[in-house]
Amino acid sequence: MDKKLIYLDNNATTPTDPRVVEAMLPYFNQFHGNAASRNHPFGWKAEEGVDEARQQIAELIQVDPREIIFTSGATESDNLALKGVFEMYSRKGNHIITLKTEHKAVLDSCKKIEKMGGEVTYLDVMDDGLVDLEALEAAIKENTILVSIMYANNETGVIQPMKEIGEICARKGVLFMSDATQAVGKIPVHPKELGIHLMAFTGHKMYGPKGVGVLYVNRKNPRVKVTAQIDGGGHERGMRSGTLNVPGIVGMGKAAKLARLEMEEEAKRLSQLRDKLESSLMNNLEEVYVNGNRDHRMPHVSNISFKHVEGEGLMMTFNQNIGVSSGSACTSASLEPSYVLIALGLGDDLAHSSIRFSLGRFTTEEEIDQTIEQVTNGVNHMRDLSPIWEMYKEGIDLDAVEWSEH
Amino acid sequence: MAYSEKLLDHFKQPRNVGSLDKDSKNVGTGLVGAPECGDVMRLQIEVDEESKIIKDAKFKTFGCGSAIASSSLATEWLKGKTIDEAMSIDNMDIVEELALPPVKIHCSVLAEDAIKSAIADYQEKNSNQEAL
Repeated sequence: MDKKLIYLDNNATTPTDPRVVEAMLPYFNQFHGNAASRNHPFGWKAEEGVDEARQQIAELIQVDPREIIFTSGATESDNLALKGVFEMYSRKGNHIITLKTEHKAVLDSCKKIEKMGGEVTYLDVMDDGLVDLEALEAAIKENTILVSIMYANNETGVIQPMKEIGEICARKGVLFMSDATQAVGKIPVHPKELGIHLMAFTGHKMYGPKGVGVLYVNRKNPRVKVTAQIDGGGHERGMRSGTLNVPGIVGMGKAAKLARLEMEEEAKRLSQLRDKLESSLMNNLEEVYVNGNRDHRMPHVSNISFKHVEGEGLMMTFNQNIGVSSGSACTSASLEPSYVLIALGLGDDLAHSSIRFSLGRFTTEEEIDQTIEQVTNGVNHMRDLSPIWEMYKEGIDLDAVEWSEH
Repeated sequence: MAYSEKLLDHFKQPRNVGSLDKDSKNVGTGLVGAPECGDVMRLQIEVDEESKIIKDAKFKTFGCGSAIASSSLATEWLKGKTIDEAMSIDNMDIVEELALPPVKIHCSVLAEDAIKSAIADYQEKNSNQEAL
């Protein structure tokens, strides 16, 4: 009865690669110095570790190491980029453009900026989750200082046309920032080729540790600056004070190196497993919908709606041993289904019926085969229980039913 | 969040799943909730013509585990009760029995609504009969 645990929630967080853990360990007690201690070997050793990590991360995204600012994670990086640009460039303008499908770290920072006197445009996306480039261009005004568009969406894996967005921003003379948390380390991400001036990402989505992140800040053409949001000792070129998390940074560096060397093969393997998962579920079951653009998508993500089945209930049929996420409201305290899926034009009912599968480095084919079997059985169980599935099967038009909303 | 054993048992082996003849005058049907809200419950009772005791109850629910368990439990409780006794089932009894967490209390409210709605349907069918 005891089944092996299967982790398919790698967009939430990835396990730390054992090779990363190994690289970090000496920095807890052997080389425990403060990287800012310039006058003794303890500090030098810590600084060496940080320098190497900065180099490894710079190599992964093909930038100058001096353009890497260490933070506590992508949420802090997003906050620093948005609020830091808003403050630094307030004389140029106060308008920021972003998407309705951004992560809360971006959306809530924008909300805060609005309270601070800024103006924010939240663009709709098209039904496949992609930004409408014409609408983006049309939204840029005299007072626009920044466009913030995520690289790949956390719920659907949809990858935005970064190069085209970068060209628009360059033409219009506005800064381009991207939350690339879900993309870096999984697919090639080279901000300089794409015209991205600021880019946020984190260690724990690329098999590194939690509690460490990066904000990439372009140094030349244009030289971008952000106003620090955390004040103190003036670390990280004055943009982010606070003693550096040396073991975390060393771990993120190692994770970046491993990603650079292994991502191509890994992406190929994961997309095959992902495609197998999707096609098998679609073969086994009726009324299964894949959410988001399938051609412009991360290789390891699949967001699927199983019509007339509620997502959390479905998860309960297999969550004793399979870890996934759902866009159903029932998994959160808010009672609202996923705003990302709603922005894709899904009805509330399909959003409630969605499950996100995100595969990772340690996912095996055997695990995917087991998942296919357990999800298929779960959907069938839930549909046997579902009055609206029965009504749908009887040919009743569910939209014509007068429901008692509660 | 960890669910109680009772809740998991009702979710995995739901009691009284199915349907009764909604056109029968002894059957009352309640359909509450909405797909957009993520919960729809259909609960039916069949009342014995002589004794006026609920002799059968069936349900189908689209919803989370707590919604399914709440309606399964409701059908179990309804059987053998009179209409008056059924009317007195309170959502908090369901909350207690299944140890529902606070965010899931609305599932028990929906189950109580479904019971009341099924009874109302039954009573409406039968009062019309008497009026004729």
